[in-house]
Amino acid sequence: MGASTFGGGYAVIPVAERELVKKKGWLTIEEVLDYYTIAQITPGIISVNLATFVGNKQAGTLGGIFATLGFVLPGISLVMAAALLISNFAELPIVQHAFAGIRIAVAALILDTVIKMIKGAFKDAKAVAIYITVLAISLVPLGIFPPEVRALLKSPVFLVLASGALALVIYRKKPRGAKEGQ
Amino acid sequence: MAQITLFFLFFKIGLFAIGGGLATLPFFFQLADGEGWFDREMIGNMLAVGQSLPGAIGPNVSAYAGLLHSGIASSYLAALGLVAPSIIIILIVARMLERFRQSSLVTTLFSGFRPAAAGLLSAACLGTLALSLWNSAAPEWYSFIRWKEAAIFAVIFLLIVKFKKHPIVYVAAAAAVGVVLKL
Repeated sequence: MGASTFGGGYAVIPVAERELVKKKGWLTIEEVLDYYTIAQITPGIISVNLATFVGNKQAGTLGGIFATLGFVLPGISLVMAAALLISNFAELPIVQHAFAGIRIAVAALILDTVIKMIKGAFKDAKAVAIYITVLAISLVPLGIFPPEVRALLKSPVFLVLASGALALVIYRKKPRGAKEGQ
Repeated sequence: MAQITLFFLFFKIGLFAIGGGLATLPFFFQLADGEGWFDREMIGNMLAVGQSLPGAIGPNVSAYAGLLHSGIASSYLAALGLVAPSIIIILIVARMLERFRQSSLVTTLFSGFRPAAAGLLSAACLGTLALSLWNSAAPEWYSFIRWKEAAIFAVIFLLIVKFKKHPIVYVAAAAAVGVVLKL
């Protein structure tokens, strides 16, 4: 998977969906989303965290370690080869044109996976509301807030944790809130 | 000795960079300013190479930095240093998660996490799209959208939905289209 993930960390998600969910059946699409969430709020690189998670689930601690190494080794070896052989690798016009094309394909692949994930995440109206709020905060410039507040609001860690806290409030009220005349 | 220092330098970056590979960037700027075995301009190169080759950007860029520091062994050490905290932390978190998976607290937390993560991923997706399809420097209103790129995007997306091939197939095809059309 490390060798076939082009375009950075997010691009691993469509590959994971294909290889691990559909072909191997090791994970469900919801689990990919869960691991992705945890990878967001824990230190480290998201795609690497995801690899450790999957390896650990399949084959314990060693599995986690080996899955991660397997994921990063192709890329770093190629980087070294490229850096040693062609000093201006990234400036070659052919590489730049190819990468402009790759970026479009990666966006399309992620969109395809996002649509599948949304189906799994939208279990009720509250979930849809959380989704829309997070998406809006991420996209809208929020110019009215001072830069520090903006940085906090837009940080994925904050958004994920706040949504978790919000879920505790809105979902847990229900059973106790029954006496409120529902 | 210098190699051990290098390993822990990248271990620290891996430990404190929360988020995607690009979250490591500020740390690389710090390295460039403080340590000086590469400069800020070089980071652009490192990033470009790290992004255009397969794999995660963070480890790729770290490998490049390690190579500039002192050769191939350091290159592997830098990348391993970067991913080591991830491995340790995730192994711990995974164990805790297994234990508490069934608790209603965790289930409820995740019912909030999931839509939030889907929202973040959608935003990332739109960001990538905007990068390719949106041209804010356009002189005319109708050229704000890069139509050629948008058409390629639409075709690729339809092919993905219809044929469900391995992602690498679409990536390779799009790279070829990029080269032929000189995108």
